[in-house]
Parts: sequence; structure tokens; C-alpha cells
Amino acid sequence: MVTETRAGTGQAEQAEREYLWTLNFGPQHPATHTTLRIVLTLDGERVVDAVPDIGYLHSGFEKLGEHLDYNQYVVVTDRMNYISPLANNIAWHCAVEKLLGIELTPRCKYIRTILAELARISDHLLCVGAAALDLGAMTAFLYAFNQRELLYEIFELVCGARFTTSYTRVGGLMYDVDERFIARVREFIKQFPAAHANITRLLNRNRIFIDRTKGIGVLSREDAINLGCTGPVARASGVTRDLRKDEPYLAYADFDFKVVCMKEGDCYARYLVRMAEMLESLKIVEQAIENLPPGPVNVDVGTRVVLPEKPKVYTTIEGLIQQFEVIMSNRGFETPVEECYGAIESPNGELGFYIVADGSDVAYRARCRPPSFIHFAVFPYLIRGHMVSDVVAVLGSLNIIAAELDR
Amino acid sequence: MSPQEIAQLLKDQFGDRITGEALDVLDPWIAVAPEALHEVMEFLRNDERLAMDFLHCVSGVDYFEPDPKKAKRAKFEPHMEVLYHLSSMKHGHRIVIKVFLPRWKNDRPGELPEVPSVADIWPTANWHEREVYDLMGIRFVGHPDLRRILCPEDWVGHPLRKDYEFPDEYHGIRAR
Repeated sequence: MVTETRAGTGQAEQAEREYLWTLNFGPQHPATHTTLRIVLTLDGERVVDAVPDIGYLHSGFEKLGEHLDYNQYVVVTDRMNYISPLANNIAWHCAVEKLLGIELTPRCKYIRTILAELARISDHLLCVGAAALDLGAMTAFLYAFNQRELLYEIFELVCGARFTTSYTRVGGLMYDVDERFIARVREFIKQFPAAHANITRLLNRNRIFIDRTKGIGVLSREDAINLGCTGPVARASGVTRDLRKDEPYLAYADFDFKVVCMKEGDCYARYLVRMAEMLESLKIVEQAIENLPPGPVNVDVGTRVVLPEKPKVYTTIEGLIQQFEVIMSNRGFETPVEECYGAIESPNGELGFYIVADGSDVAYRARCRPPSFIHFAVFPYLIRGHMVSDVVAVLGSLNIIAAELDR
Repeated sequence: MSPQEIAQLLKDQFGDRITGEALDVLDPWIAVAPEALHEVMEFLRNDERLAMDFLHCVSGVDYFEPDPKKAKRAKFEPHMEVLYHLSSMKHGHRIVIKVFLPRWKNDRPGELPEVPSVADIWPTANWHEREVYDLMGIRFVGHPDLRRILCPEDWVGHPLRKDYEFPDEYHGIRAR
């Protein structure tokens, strides 16, 4: 009796608090894939709270944007997302072209669409494969990487690099694609459904995988909107939003595809949405590659903003002058004094660039809205109340890319 | 709703606390006085006709020319801006809300300018505002947890300010 009266509410609370302990997860941990840190407060094995700590990979990309011109900065956008660099290239130049008011040629639009969708497939493959790997399923990861290898070869064919593609230019592309590209993409389209079915068969009805992902990290529709989620994370929670459909950019208006949505909002739903999106992307690629319009990939040289093709530079005086005008740092091309926010539906969600132009060929401010940054802020909401082993399941389903997260 | 209608609605509601607008540019924006920001944002979020439920991005911009020779030719007065890119899932319209701030509060260098936080209206603003605070040096009043997010906690200065000087060293690491 005496002890009971002595133990007031304050003391009871303190006893409760002493019960909890703190676990430092990351910054170096196999399941974080890159460097991110989470400080977990645990009650036994149950997560009471999680505080993400980011900035380990902060590289000042936005500051660099104030020093590199609109063509040079595309190199930095590769480094922002090493899983689907082409999507970032396209996002940056979509924003720049919105600013400059450039209308791309049909062929350029189609090629960019094809590459954006191939990048989406490669991103989703990695996400699905790595999410399964973190939960102990090795084989699915290997199937996924086998397919990614084929995609890398396609990317290497179009731009000479596997990861750091830097393929887009203001008003066009680095090079046009050729017959070999078309043949490779057709080949990929033909064999991909079988590989996709293999992953599906391994995971979709896998008892362990379902136990580890179903009902874990549930995000309601309302929370998804309030927390700013986009892309597969939002669509798995029932938000029917896809910039490809809602505000068609590039050539998306020409193609027939579905926006995949689910209502559950858990890790399993996010996995299923990604799996289904890959097949929709494949549909887009198939339609685009069969209807690839002929013609130039770059807008007319007369617009004075686009780099001419290399053969033109070497053989014509107009091409040489144009190259000189665009490349030289004291000349460059002129931009309007304006600001704009341009966004595309990148594999992970809405990837936007907010550009302030001051009339020179260098942006005054190049702000990036990376989807990973927003999705990682959601992480504490998803993990509260779950087990410590679910941390990797939730992280895997969000597909956090630290280079984009920290910029 | 078109940007013109949104601007008219806000002007009817808040009068002279709406300090400016540009509606025929690429992304139409409406400027709001800093002290009225929270009220305006709450109206934008909760009014049935507007229903701006999605905050894309909070960005800060520093308008300043550090070189005194070029400063005379600069096309702007030194100031800072905070931008909120908003859109509505329900109606599909979008608008940009701008807040103009002095570079330093009361023009005393070192005192950060202040703007009300909107993290209680859109939880997503929480990290965005921390980032703007960290890189731009704008204090968000009423923010639940205003700490640096990308730079280390003991970092000096705000790197995206135009007059920022890169440090020579950081904890014994040569930085330039």
C-alpha cells in the first residue's frame, strides 16, 4: 500500500520511459542501401518512435545549379538519382523547356517518353528486387537485376553510359537513336513479361513475403495527400493522381495506358502497384516504339538555344557559329526573366524543378522537389507501432534514394 | 477555378493583406503579407471552392547581388521570397503563394527574417520549412521542430544565401 501511494503519476511515467531504449539504425546499414540514419525508440521489439536524420550525402546540388548552365546541369541530375538517371535528365529539361517556351519535335518527345518509361521499369525492378532481398528473398532480386542489365545495355547504346546518362539537351537530345536501339527495345519488350511473371510467381503468393508486408506501414488516403506523397506510394493508398494522365507532358497523351491504384496503402500494395506499373510502362514503350515518328530530334537551329548536331558543327559554318554561341560562357543563350515550376511523374513520384531565370544562361535558383525527401518524412508515421524488423520492409517499399534525398 | 478567380476571391476575403499578383506569367502567383500568411493558407486549404489540399513544395529564393559593382545594375531590390506551390486534387487548379521578406529582420544582419509556419496545415511542410531554414536562413515561427536538416547542426551560415562565404575548414577538414 505504501509503495502504491508513493508512486505518483510522475514516477509511473518515468518508469514507463525507462522501459524504452534507443537504437541507432544506419547511416551504414545494408538495408538503407545508401547513407541515411534513423534513431528508433523501442519498447522491446516494438517501434515507439522514429526520428530520421538526413544530410549524410548532402552535396550542394542546388548551389551548383546557380553556377552551371542549363545544359551543364543535366550532369548533376544524373548524380541525383543513380537508379533512374534518365528520368531526372528529362525532368530537368522539361522544366527548362517550359521556362524557355520550347516545343519539342515529335520524334524527340517519343524518344524521351520511351526512355522515361524504360527508366521507370528499371527503377521499379530495383525497388521490388531490393525490397524482397531485404526480407530475405534472394532470387527475385537476381531476376530483377538480370532485366536491369538489359536496360543498361539499351541506355549504353543510346548515350554511351550505363549510369551517368546525361542524355537530354535543351530542345532535344544528345544523339538521335538508330535501328539497333529499336531492335533492342523490341527484344526487351518480347522477353520482359516472362521475367515479370517469374518475379510475380516468386513473391505474390509467397507466404513469408505476404506476412512481412501485408498490413505493415499502412498509409491512409488522407494522410498520403496531407503528407505530400506522390507516385506509387500515393497510388497504393488510393490517390488517383498521375501527372502522365492529369497533365500529359511529352507524348503521353497519345498512348493508351492505365493508372494503377490500390486502396490498402500497405507495403504489399506498394509492391503490387510497382509490379503492375511496369507492365503499363511496357505497353507505352511498345506503342511508342512502333509509332516512332521520323524527322529531326532537335528543334530548329534558328531558335538559338539548342546545340547543333556534331556533323553539322564540323561541316557547316552555321553549325559552327551556333555551337560557339551556345557553348561560350560569355555569350550563351538568353532566357526570359521569369520563374517556373516544371514537374514530371518520375518513377518515385512527382519530381519537380523550380527555376528562377535572370536572363543569363545560368539559373538564378534551381530548386528541386525530390520525391524521396517527401517520402522519407512520411517514414515515422508508417513505422510507429510495428516491429523493428519491419523497418527494412517499410524502407524498401518507399524506395528512398539518398542522393536525391540530400542533394 | 482560374488564377484570376482565385486572386479575386482572396482579395475579397483579405483585402489589402494581399500585396501583389502576377497572373499572366508561366506560374501565376499571388503575394501575401507575412503576418497574414497563416490565415490565408488556412482559407486556401479549407474553403470548399479552393480546396488546395496538396502542397508541392516550399522554396526560398534570395535576391541579392553580393558584388557592389554589379548591384547597381541588378534588376531587383535585395529581398527574400518564400514560395508555396499549391494545387487541388479535387478541382485540379494550382496557384503559387509568395511571401516577400527583408533579407534580415529589422535590417540588422544576423537576425533571421520570420514567417509563420504552415506545418500544422500541411504536415508535409515540416521538412520543407526545415530545409528552407537550413539553407536560406528564414525562421518559421510556430514550427514544431525547427532544426537544421541537411547541414550538420553546428554549421555556420546558410549556404544558399547569395553572400554566403564557404568556410575554410570544418572540424579540421580542409574545405577548399
